[in-house]
Amino acid sequence: MNIQTTRRSLLAGSGALALGFSLTGDLLAQQPAAPALPGDLKQYPKVSSWLRIEANGRVRLLVGKVELGQGILTALAQLCAEELEIDLSRLDITSGDTQLVPNEGVTAGSFSMPNCGSAVRQVSAEARQILVSLAAAKLNADAAKLTVSDGTVKAPDGKSVTYWNLVAGRELEVEATGKAPLRPRETRRYAGKHVPRIDIPAKVMGDLIFVQDERPQGMLHGRVLRPPAYGAKLVKFEPAEVEKMPGVVKVVRNGDFVGVIAEREEQALNAHARLQAIAQWDLPKTSETQDTVHAWMLTQPEKLIVIKDQANKAVPADAQTVEAAYKRPYHMHASIGPSAAIGLLDAQGVTHVDTHSQSVFETGEAIAEMLGVDKAKVHCRHVQGSGCYGHNGADDAAADAALLAQAVPGKPVRIQWSRNDEHKWEPYGAAMLVKTKARVDAKGDILDWTLDLWSTSHGTRPSGKAGNLLPARMLEKPFALPTPVNGGPPNYAADRNAIAIYEFPGHTVNTHFLTNFAARASSTRGLGAYANVFSIESFMDELAHRAKADPVEYRMRYLKDERARAVLQKTAEMLNWAKPEKAAGRGRGIAFARYKGLATYCAVAMEVEVDRRSGVVRVLRVVSANDAGEVVAPDGVKNQIEGGVVQSLSWTLKEAVRFDATGVKTADWVSYPILTFSEVPPIAVELIDRPGAPFLGAGEASQGPTGAALANAIFDAVGVRLRDIPFTPARLKAAMG
Amino acid sequence: MPALKVNGRTHEVKAAEDAPLLYVLRNDLALNSPKFGCGLAQCGACIVLIDGQPVRSCVTSASAVAGQEITTLEGLSTNGKPSKLQQAFIDEQAMQCGYCVSGIIMRAQALLDQNPKPTEREVRLALDGNLCRCGAQNRMVRAVLRAAQEG
Repeated sequence: MNIQTTRRSLLAGSGALALGFSLTGDLLAQQPAAPALPGDLKQYPKVSSWLRIEANGRVRLLVGKVELGQGILTALAQLCAEELEIDLSRLDITSGDTQLVPNEGVTAGSFSMPNCGSAVRQVSAEARQILVSLAAAKLNADAAKLTVSDGTVKAPDGKSVTYWNLVAGRELEVEATGKAPLRPRETRRYAGKHVPRIDIPAKVMGDLIFVQDERPQGMLHGRVLRPPAYGAKLVKFEPAEVEKMPGVVKVVRNGDFVGVIAEREEQALNAHARLQAIAQWDLPKTSETQDTVHAWMLTQPEKLIVIKDQANKAVPADAQTVEAAYKRPYHMHASIGPSAAIGLLDAQGVTHVDTHSQSVFETGEAIAEMLGVDKAKVHCRHVQGSGCYGHNGADDAAADAALLAQAVPGKPVRIQWSRNDEHKWEPYGAAMLVKTKARVDAKGDILDWTLDLWSTSHGTRPSGKAGNLLPARMLEKPFALPTPVNGGPPNYAADRNAIAIYEFPGHTVNTHFLTNFAARASSTRGLGAYANVFSIESFMDELAHRAKADPVEYRMRYLKDERARAVLQKTAEMLNWAKPEKAAGRGRGIAFARYKGLATYCAVAMEVEVDRRSGVVRVLRVVSANDAGEVVAPDGVKNQIEGGVVQSLSWTLKEAVRFDATGVKTADWVSYPILTFSEVPPIAVELIDRPGAPFLGAGEASQGPTGAALANAIFDAVGVRLRDIPFTPARLKAAMG
Repeated sequence: MPALKVNGRTHEVKAAEDAPLLYVLRNDLALNSPKFGCGLAQCGACIVLIDGQPVRSCVTSASAVAGQEITTLEGLSTNGKPSKLQQAFIDEQAMQCGYCVSGIIMRAQALLDQNPKPTEREVRLALDGNLCRCGAQNRMVRAVLRAAQEG
């Protein structure tokens, strides 16, 4: 592939020097006083796993987390350049290449700043300390008196040496201490400052930066024939006429998996259309639908997990009971660019896959199992794709590319999913049912709180298992979908954020985890947090209104965490909560959550206008205050919060996957509309910076609060409580009567 | 197929008469910016200008626009220097993933060519046929208004 950086070329790079630790388990055991290494530095303590000082004066940062449009590589570059004291322009980044970088798992769950960011910051500080001590020896000076500017270390007498001159041609073993100090806050140039994203210029200039744009020499175009519906079986298939079509190189069939490889893209499309016409499928007789799925959940075998078990045993008999049930439909990730990948089987039997997967290592292992080869025989490399917001078609497209590449050794095969493929076959955000119950006293105060949630799995990522890959399940010898398990504490999965942050006198949370599926589902931005926060924060609003209390004040009764209180208070102020301007058909709502109970604190408030005749909700403005701990890239955090607000408004107002036994019915943008430019309201985001506090991931924080704030605002506007997502005009009109 | 005039240069292309313009631009002329988004004229990721008008290249056959002036995002910059509109997208950090951005800039360019000082409402309406899933719409609108102001 033309833009491939091979391991050999990187390691042989003109005198590049590996700064390495050699900490064995024994050595670690002998150093009990050493502070714990932060984040993923624990698993990969070698400096050389992360950083290379190259003889040509370039510095290379190697990271396992990948760019998804969230701006993570810029934030990591800021941390690295800051602590190493180099100019940002001197830094190159290699990210998500299974042959080159630390395996940091999946880029998901708002983990990149806590796990990778903290590791990059510390490892860069360690490297600087080592380099400065080397410079001190070389310059015969006191290390404490040396200054560094863009990798040049200077002594008081004016003599200087560069990092790259110091390390050129030498191997150096260094030990991590975890003690290297960070740069003083007052001298910082990059961390916490506004630094323009490093990937944006290429994207406005049309440079090659997306996997969709790669065109390696000799590339062929592949398309895969997807069945019409879940569980469909190929019963008749005569591809002879397609094999004779112009440009067709090969038709590949393996069980129910059918693909075509052609010389030109439009030829592949023509052949694919013909394949679709001649293939005959047996459809399943019945299926759940979007309308039956929530009732279906209550009939399924379930694993009951009691995740909070502190019922108030002393609730008086005359306490009132308030109950509500909330529903989330299946939602799509709905990436604007359908999934793509390029596969190549080389002469050494290694399959190379360029992919926009969030999990290059585990996807590579799953592909290896699917191909029946050793995992070293699959090399995945992350190349940016369209924003994914979770587990979309990326990994399946990577598997498609790997499979088709086996049919044409030595030739790169590009897979491009269609819009129809992506809309119908991506694993959706799981539908959920959440039931809440409160026992309240005469004043409306909460005595006991119970939440029950029903959900299928939010986690069918590749995870090293072929059965999680769509094409692997269709092969002649199919791999079975592994039985899903729910993610446990502290992050949780279906039950993420199901334990409310509020301190109630009694509090019970039951997770009814279902291992069957009504539709394919997996990780989608926030997992269960979106539905759980929507339910909790809607119910809090219901209880506040019932108690004739102000919804902010009511929450404050139970909210003890000072940082949470500050965020809620700030958000209320941003909306001028204390002085509402009441107008007919207009209302305001607020909601809050700390994502996962351990990441960013986020409150969202908004004003809406409801057209009573049409049932159309117009969101007039949104405000949001956030505490993401110490902020490295302020605009990056704001962009994530703001984008989450827009996406969550879209989910909550408009979106639901529709499906039945004949397949998914929402297969394009007309049948599955999303928020448009005219519908996006003004959004103000503020950050409460906490210098010195740990980084808290922010990428998924605003999804839940936005949905609930919207429901609460609609209630304030027209007195109607919407508990079933989405809040379509028809649904709201029906509710208003 | 007759020659195509793209970004001021003439190109001979060996493709079938009915080959979609999108694939000819991307695969034969190696232009990255027009993106495949839906192939259904629903999302706007593939928009290019044909004689100054925004056109969805995924549903336009290349031969149908032969001889007309085709402009892609690559054609807005001059010797590697971004145009005012492109620079405004950088200045406003107006994207997350950026996959939709080429189509949006091209649509906005067509708007500014016709209406150099649009209102915010006019910008939003003009961009309603373009989809962005990351939620960067407000930043993009600010970028277009900034370019208009600086234009």
